[in-house]
Amino acid sequence: MKNALLKVLKNIEPDKEKSPFLHTAFDAFFTFAFTPNLTTKDGVHIRDGMDLKRQMVHVVLALQVLYLFGTYNIGHQHFVALGEYTGFLQGVHLKLIYGLIKIIPIFVVTHVVGLGIEFYYAYKKGHGVEEGFLVSGALIPLIMPPDIPLWILAVSVAFAVWIGKEAFGGTGMNILNIALLARVFVFFAYPTYISGDEVWIAGIEKAAEGGYFGQAYGAVYGFFDNIFAGLGLATFGAGGSAVVDGYTGATPLAIASKEGWDAVTQTYTTGQMLWGTIPGSIGESSKPLIIVGALFLIITKIADWKIMVSMVFGAAVMALLLNAWGATEFMEVPWYYQFYMGSFLFAMAFMATDPVTASSTATGKWIYGFLIGFVGMIVRVLNPAYPEGWMLAILFMNVFAPLIDHYVLQANINRRAKRIKATMKSETPDAPAPATAPAQA
Amino acid sequence: MKQTVSKGILLILAMGAYTTSWAQAESGGNGFGSVLTYSLIAIAVLIFFFLIIQVSNNLLAIEAKQLGIDEESGEVGAGNDGFLGRLFKPKKPAFLDEDTPVTYLRRGHDIALEGEAELKFDESVQAMTFAVQPTNFLGISPIPKMMVEEGAEVKAGDHLFFDKNRPEMKWVAPVSGEVIGIERGAKRAITAVTILADKEQQYRALPAFDLDNSNRDQLVAYLLDAGAWTLFRQRPFNVVADYNEVPRDIYISTFDTAPLAPNLDFIVEGQEAAFQKGLDVLAKLTSGSVYLGLNAGGETAPAKAFTNAKGVKQRWFHGKHPAGNVGVQIHHTKPISLSAKVWTLGVQEVLTLGKIFTEQRYNAERIVALTGAELKKPLYVKTKVGAKIEDLLKDNLANDHVRFISGDVLSGKRKELNGFLDFYDDQITVVEEGDDYALFGWLLPSFNTPSISTTFPSALVPDMKFKAETNTHGERRAFVVTGNYESVLPMDLYPQELMKSILIGDFEKMEGLGLPELVEEDVALCEFVCVSKQPVQQILRQGLDTMREQA
Repeated sequence: MKNALLKVLKNIEPDKEKSPFLHTAFDAFFTFAFTPNLTTKDGVHIRDGMDLKRQMVHVVLALQVLYLFGTYNIGHQHFVALGEYTGFLQGVHLKLIYGLIKIIPIFVVTHVVGLGIEFYYAYKKGHGVEEGFLVSGALIPLIMPPDIPLWILAVSVAFAVWIGKEAFGGTGMNILNIALLARVFVFFAYPTYISGDEVWIAGIEKAAEGGYFGQAYGAVYGFFDNIFAGLGLATFGAGGSAVVDGYTGATPLAIASKEGWDAVTQTYTTGQMLWGTIPGSIGESSKPLIIVGALFLIITKIADWKIMVSMVFGAAVMALLLNAWGATEFMEVPWYYQFYMGSFLFAMAFMATDPVTASSTATGKWIYGFLIGFVGMIVRVLNPAYPEGWMLAILFMNVFAPLIDHYVLQANINRRAKRIKATMKSETPDAPAPATAPAQA
Repeated sequence: MKQTVSKGILLILAMGAYTTSWAQAESGGNGFGSVLTYSLIAIAVLIFFFLIIQVSNNLLAIEAKQLGIDEESGEVGAGNDGFLGRLFKPKKPAFLDEDTPVTYLRRGHDIALEGEAELKFDESVQAMTFAVQPTNFLGISPIPKMMVEEGAEVKAGDHLFFDKNRPEMKWVAPVSGEVIGIERGAKRAITAVTILADKEQQYRALPAFDLDNSNRDQLVAYLLDAGAWTLFRQRPFNVVADYNEVPRDIYISTFDTAPLAPNLDFIVEGQEAAFQKGLDVLAKLTSGSVYLGLNAGGETAPAKAFTNAKGVKQRWFHGKHPAGNVGVQIHHTKPISLSAKVWTLGVQEVLTLGKIFTEQRYNAERIVALTGAELKKPLYVKTKVGAKIEDLLKDNLANDHVRFISGDVLSGKRKELNGFLDFYDDQITVVEEGDDYALFGWLLPSFNTPSISTTFPSALVPDMKFKAETNTHGERRAFVVTGNYESVLPMDLYPQELMKSILIGDFEKMEGLGLPELVEEDVALCEFVCVSKQPVQQILRQGLDTMREQA
């Protein structure tokens, strides 16, 4: 079976000289199917089974539950806004199909644009296609609003991959987190498209005379309606109906920033916020599922637990300080409820832990994570324009990570020099090893 | 094992927290807030206690320093393990008394491979061809000056060639016989001088040397003539020692933690006198001390030759590979720098040195472990330095699609079947060539792949032995993952940053980050675990070479 497949693939392999681009593309897919038959040369003769593909794929695996939940939640939020199937498990088939119709184009556009650029650069530089975009491409759809116009998505992905990564030399060389760069590009370049409350819920539009209504369903929905009707299930119908009375579509954070925690609890229960059946970016809302993903990453040692722990710690400290200050309604939100709202956990588990852009030393990771939590909470609560801070805080600390590492290394250099000096001065007794060794993990 | 247990506890705790949170959320929402609060308070309390303990521990250590209490005694702020370190310290082995200080190295990784050599000798194996390979020695001129010609008859211990830059440094024949070839490589550099051994071995008799009533210069001259100088290697750079310099200290590791490494306790058995004699000679050569690194991690005490050694300082180490590497042991005893030079020897080099004095001849006997899963019977053989691999492995191969390695799988050198054992090696490893494709290798939980990653199911079976093969399991990439190198190198070093500083040629940083303390074997495990498949040992050597040129 394996050999037959191998033979078929080897037969269709394009010529490297005649069509280099095709060969690059073939190589990318071939190495995806088969680990190459490379053997060690000089140096070690056996190698650890872990490679970058495996590393990256495990992050993508950790995101799968979020994809599943995110897809369903797109549909769920849409119907809740319209006042239909308000129970979480009502109208499952409609919500699922609705979510899929929204998320598949986002996923496809992200990958076509991102991988296209990756393939092009791999062919230009004559190396294999690197795996970095596996993770970036899986993360980007999860941090976008479900209604994002696809052309904006395409432009932002292109910007992130091109300017953020390839301009610096490809996977492993970038300074800023690619997925967040795409998100921040949307945030700064197209603020009008993604501001307002209705953007977090798919298929809701503001009417000219005020108020919201659901968009009319297109032909794709009609196709599924035919199937559903045939099966005797509920159908989408024509759409275009008005939303329920009192609906705003605001996220808990948006409410909290204006009116404080009590107003939030009038709209959403803490259970809803915890489980994530609230409006928001596609993958960020369900806290338990994110924690499952984070634990998976910690147990497989793919993401660094130090960054996650120190980031929680930093955010908690800042939230407590803001509680003590208490100048605005938002500051008075009990510090532990800050973790219920917004995308803190998602940023902690999947964004801050990106090994390329984070600090590389163990001590540096503690500082880096703490400062992200600390700064992010400041941005969330004190920024008047936009009540969320992790994207900006992580990018900010990405820039500072090399500086943190520099000082950690300098401390190591000084410590070593001091120890050598000590042993040179006194021949006996022997100097013990330093008290602080790096990465006591 | 401890890791697995703690991982399990972590998982159970996490699952417990998860189920309670579910129950709370179901039962009405608001209750969860209090659970979260309590757990966060608990964490905060723990952190608080931890901080207090850490601070007081450090204060104790400072006070101890002021009072002049020897920190090595392990009583106060012991060395590199603080309070937590001592709390989780593995149990001290029964063969050590309470007062003996042990350095516990927590980081590292043992690669358990199939094909460990059985502790007995295969008397039937007799190598006939031997070679002295100038390429085994670093820091000498590439084209040594020959003192014999092809076809010449030599006795064991006769001079073969000398270093052009340092004519006193002579290499001697390991066996008596006929010089059958002088092989040359690129730029006419001599790669091997091969000798076909006589049936009856003859030795060049060396004059007796009175160790007690002679000074260091006489000893050096005697050793140079005997051809023993190549036994000493000098750090930094791992080059052949310079006879014009007096080393600060001399270090010997008496255990090898590399994969399938030979058991040095077994090798030294019955040669205690020669070993002690070698140590006595070494003590005369250094202005400092001779340090012996001993294994505190074994089930039984190390060989008597090591534990009862006289005139040396013993240092006990406990840990996974590379705890047995002499470089790691030096780091935890007294660090080296560009100006502080030390010498290192292997146990069998000490034996050869000792036998020069006990037997008055250059006895190049080497006990070699034949290891690897591709051998029919992995065993020990008695041969001489530089034996032909084909002679040693005759009729022992179970597979012919294999790679021969002089040394271990991490830092050994690749050899052909008609190649020769390297000078400093006492092990031959045979592993299967892994030039095969693996379907969905990045996803499937392959069982037969050694790894430090817990994404492989073998992480659940701590004592599992692997059948090694040479596949790279992936393609080379830029550095992405961080913290992996550090997790297997028990030294106060940042290896990945060091590699980067070598690649960009930043001399100051290279030295500051500890390049002089390292040689290839110390970072071999970093190269093994490297997710980006970087040639770490090669980069390190490149850095050492440029630094040596500058120095």
